[in-house]
Amino acid sequence: MQPLTARRWQPVADILFGAWLIARKDLAIEFRTRSAFLSALVFALLGLVIFYYAWDPTAVAATDLAPGVLWVIFTFSGLLGLHRSFGVESADHAIDGLLASPVSREAIFLGKAIANLIFVGAVQAIAIPALALFYNLPLGDVAAPLVAIAILAAIGLVAVGTLFSAMAVNTRLAELLLPMLALPFFVPIVIAASQATSKLLSGRPVVEIGAWLKLLLAFDIVFVTACTLAYPFTVED
Amino acid sequence: MQFPSGKPTSRLNSYVNAKHTFVRISWLPTVAGLAVVGTVIRVVSFTPLEAKQGAAQKIYYIHVPAAWVAFLAFGLVAIASGVFLWVRDQRLDRFAESSAEVGVMFTTVVLITGPLWAKPIWGTYWTWWDVRLVSTLFLWFIYVSYIVLRGAVESPELRARYSAVLGILGALLIPFIHLSVYLFATMHPMPIIGKPDRPSLPNEMLLTFFVSFVSFTLLYVAFVRSRYRYAVERDRIMEAAKQHA
Repeated sequence: MQPLTARRWQPVADILFGAWLIARKDLAIEFRTRSAFLSALVFALLGLVIFYYAWDPTAVAATDLAPGVLWVIFTFSGLLGLHRSFGVESADHAIDGLLASPVSREAIFLGKAIANLIFVGAVQAIAIPALALFYNLPLGDVAAPLVAIAILAAIGLVAVGTLFSAMAVNTRLAELLLPMLALPFFVPIVIAASQATSKLLSGRPVVEIGAWLKLLLAFDIVFVTACTLAYPFTVED
Repeated sequence: MQFPSGKPTSRLNSYVNAKHTFVRISWLPTVAGLAVVGTVIRVVSFTPLEAKQGAAQKIYYIHVPAAWVAFLAFGLVAIASGVFLWVRDQRLDRFAESSAEVGVMFTTVVLITGPLWAKPIWGTYWTWWDVRLVSTLFLWFIYVSYIVLRGAVESPELRARYSAVLGILGALLIPFIHLSVYLFATMHPMPIIGKPDRPSLPNEMLLTFFVSFVSFTLLYVAFVRSRYRYAVERDRIMEAAKQHA
């Protein structure tokens, strides 16, 4: 039975291995240039600072303000990195080489998505503590559920964003089109993540955010599956 | 992918030297237009006033059928998109293109008539607590970006695949938006008077609803057919021009 099971799972293993190679390639490019990471990070930090002045801090408490600011900034800075994901492949028609390589289309998509997820996670890992610092939030008590929200939100954002990045790069509008396509899809993520975060910050028990976490989880399952299946249709045959 | 048949070059010449008129009366738009005019007359003159809401309620006869047509239109876009990715028939792509545009038009009607009704009844044009209102706004955003995407892709083959993918994903998104707005609205206090439960309607009102659903659906079919024909002609001319060059 052992060889049969092994053979049955072989395609899945191939996809995951291919995806890891693609992700490593993208992360190596990003690690050597750091251009997208630094711009997304600076954008996120600037956003946190500027948003603070968009409200009257004597009328609105920072804890009321912070969840919305955090997830709006997260979405917008995510878009900066997502655009680059397939943008780098358009130089010298690098995408053709990628498509000709012996990895499946699904593996290319998953690899790109994994690289984007690490990218977005790295921005979050700095931006969320920065938010706690600037807005004087007691994040220590709610760190675990907040990390869960951040991971679930990032997976959904990256799945949809990676697919639309692949599409937008081949259009005349390119980087203008990506936010227009992706933002309606980020609406459930932003609503769920910021509502859950504001519940946590106002000291509500974790069970109260259960519905939002389930919504994020369902979103992730549906859109990771749908976008992985849809990606092969968006590349030239 | 199927491309239009016929002799492209001679077709192009026939358009260039067109002697026949392009404006001709076709029966379906005429019937649909007359049906809508008839519906409006019936709504205004031959349907009783609702006891609590008065004349404002009459906008339902436009608002609700328009919303029905919008959902029908986008539902058919999703189905046509799914089948397109399967069989790759260009006609399905043209249908999705036409249905999406007509759907956006009807959604715009929903978004205009809804706030017009809400102002006298709810006391405000817009509220973020009503799930249907907010969901409709996002529906509008999704399909406007669908139209923009179509305009931004040059290759017809790529355009068809991209828009089919967006057509399907858009349909998958709608339940999530609906659910998140619903959870958002129910987890907050409601500052606005809730929508009163609609009591069972008297027969005249039901008949008017029925008439307006039929006439709006007819209008949808007429618009989509006209828009589809436009798409066919456009593709023929593009194809002919490409062969000519």
